[in-house]
Amino acid sequence: MKKVISGNQAVSYAVLSAKPQVIAAYPITPQSAIVEMLATFCATGDLHAKFINVESEHSAMAACIAASVTGARTFTATSSQGLALMHELLHYASGLRLPIVMANVNRALASPFNLKADLSDSLSQRDTGWLQFYCESGQEVFDTIIQAFRISEELLLPVMVNLEGFILSHTYEAVEIPEQKEIERFLPSPPPRECLDVEHPSMFGSTTDLYINFRYKMHQAMEKAETVCQDVDDQFQRTLGRGYGLVQSYECDDADIILLAAGTIASSCRVVADRFAKKGVKVGVLRIRLFRPLPKGPICHALKNTPKIAVIDRDFSPGCGGILAQEVKAIFHNENRKVPIYEFIAGLGGRDVTDEDIERIIEQTLEAKEPGEITWTGLLK
Amino acid sequence: MDRTPQIKFPIPQEELVFSGHTACPGCGAVLAMRYALKALGPKTIMVIPPSCAGVIAGGFPVSALNVPVLRIAFETTAISASGIRAALDMMGKKDIHVLAWAGDGGTFDIGLQALSAAAERNDNIIYICYDNEAYMNTGIQRSSSTPEGTWTTTTPASSLKDTPKKDIIRIMAAHKIPYIATASVGYPPDLIKKVEKAKGIYGTRFILIYSPCPTGWRHSPELTIQIAKLATETGVFPLYEIEDGEKYSLSRRHSKKPIKEYLSLQGRFRNFTEKDLKKMEEKVRKEWDYLTRMAG
Amino acid sequence: MKKGYGTKSLEELPLTAISFMTTEGNETGEWRSQRPVLDSEKCNRCGLCWMYCPDQAIRTRENSYWISYEYCKGCGICATECPKGAILLVVEER
Repeated sequence: MKKVISGNQAVSYAVLSAKPQVIAAYPITPQSAIVEMLATFCATGDLHAKFINVESEHSAMAACIAASVTGARTFTATSSQGLALMHELLHYASGLRLPIVMANVNRALASPFNLKADLSDSLSQRDTGWLQFYCESGQEVFDTIIQAFRISEELLLPVMVNLEGFILSHTYEAVEIPEQKEIERFLPSPPPRECLDVEHPSMFGSTTDLYINFRYKMHQAMEKAETVCQDVDDQFQRTLGRGYGLVQSYECDDADIILLAAGTIASSCRVVADRFAKKGVKVGVLRIRLFRPLPKGPICHALKNTPKIAVIDRDFSPGCGGILAQEVKAIFHNENRKVPIYEFIAGLGGRDVTDEDIERIIEQTLEAKEPGEITWTGLLK
Repeated sequence: MDRTPQIKFPIPQEELVFSGHTACPGCGAVLAMRYALKALGPKTIMVIPPSCAGVIAGGFPVSALNVPVLRIAFETTAISASGIRAALDMMGKKDIHVLAWAGDGGTFDIGLQALSAAAERNDNIIYICYDNEAYMNTGIQRSSSTPEGTWTTTTPASSLKDTPKKDIIRIMAAHKIPYIATASVGYPPDLIKKVEKAKGIYGTRFILIYSPCPTGWRHSPELTIQIAKLATETGVFPLYEIEDGEKYSLSRRHSKKPIKEYLSLQGRFRNFTEKDLKKMEEKVRKEWDYLTRMAG
Repeated sequence: MKKGYGTKSLEELPLTAISFMTTEGNETGEWRSQRPVLDSEKCNRCGLCWMYCPDQAIRTRENSYWISYEYCKGCGICATECPKGAILLVVEER
């Protein structure tokens, strides 16, 4: 059934279909609609789950962790300051190997105060052991959340699904919502795992000097994650008719320049790429969908013959630059290949990344002899 | 005729704490754990933050507790208990008790927000705070539960704690939760009776257990129980219950022993002056007046 | 739960730090500098020593108590609380 819904509503409908048992969430702009809708679904009984009205995002994640260790399927949603507040517990969740799914509506981190789209909030959590997906459409948000429950339950690692604040969360698009039984065929009840059990008492989260070994086990799971995510996406394609891959490659073969971005900037890039194609300039677009773990293979494959790559980061790590750029450069360093990577920072704090901005990025990159300093797009003159 | 007396068990026999734990000799906190679990039984899931209890519970691969335990982040004791409760209820396991177990630091200070929120929601959990009046696990630093004039490592002799002990019971009473009680390891049968009573009540139940700490209070380990009893007999730690935030009942009459007797056994009060003592006596008197009035 | 410590290989480790064994393999009796000695004749079987022991080192066998020196830390609470003076603390010789 097709519905015209916002990104936030897409999250809520996906959660409704996934049937978690415990939801604990705290409102924050631009995510509040998710909290409201889920509370309503639980109140009306459409969703048979316990909704805990927590007093902070830190408690929201704590509740999900505790409920998950007890064996329940859990979900929460947040944004920027809330995600930052949860930080210590993000580590807890992955360290306890819990299949928690969270929707994060990307918003700039204070200070200064800004409510609009910026990927720094989630990208700055990249070391917490959570898988991270970045979506560019309401449909993808819906589908990725369903996939996220499957992936997290198979890997026993938590998964974060990101959508840009306002640009995606508040934009209405047509989204196909599959029949519940179709979804359940793809996403059955969670498989059994080690939980708090009065019949077999044990203590979770003990102190240990064998810490490094447990981290190694997490590493082993992360090593499998790329394959699991691809398999789940393939299966989603087979059973529900849609697939996205781990990266989305558009006209990357023989491209003179490839634009690399995450989220909705990639959508704009494809429109501009088509315009350049008419002029005879081959512009490719590589959208990063799975960011953690970063799919090295697919990225190297898409960028293998490219003379120039322009990375557009809607995020900023002070002292380091764009996070996507840093991660992509690391891949190529390890591959022992020299590929000129031109770094652009744009769209911070929800600043619109326009067609003109992207055209200028392409032209500047094509003209430049070699990568220089990071170019900041959209600053006041 | 064999006139040997028969063994009596003043409290239930079943042990849910294993020997071999690393509590200090004479630890009051582990006694609190032992007694509370006797009252709750094996169908209990426990939540423990970083604390003495956390260390006593043990490190991988061992546990000192014969119930399932979740070790969680410091601020989150109350909400973690609520999360477990929510999951158990959804899984149809409503007959399992959820026990939030934190010290005074994790309750009065860093955990207060989550506790207040759980109490406001009246989440169906039992929250027990074992009170040793400082952050003992990290080395005897003051908490808001530390009494006025007490030595701790962060309130040294030149700068003793200059504010009174936070009144957590009044704070919890303001939330109008169904059951609040104060208890002490000096009176195990009373403690167990209160936990058993709490067991049968729905909603947020809060119990504060007075747990002397030889290491932090600077007393000889064999005096733990004596000191716990003196705290109550001098009126410093009265034993009472509050139902629905309004109905008070005293568990014991005020024995009116001189407070000096309680203070003199503990090195942490070495710097108490006559003025401090008078202030404390006045405070205890006022508190007893209040409790007696409320109990009617 | 299983008694005793164990070292495991990487494969035998659980996914995260989940303790499945008890602390009973830890002989805290080694901590002692004084040990309690019980005089059964004086004992009135009131159960207070058993009740107040933080380490559950005072145990029952048929109709009498015995002290588990494997775990007793020598805190002395039992001697202090015994109403009959049936428990004496002596210096631990080792």
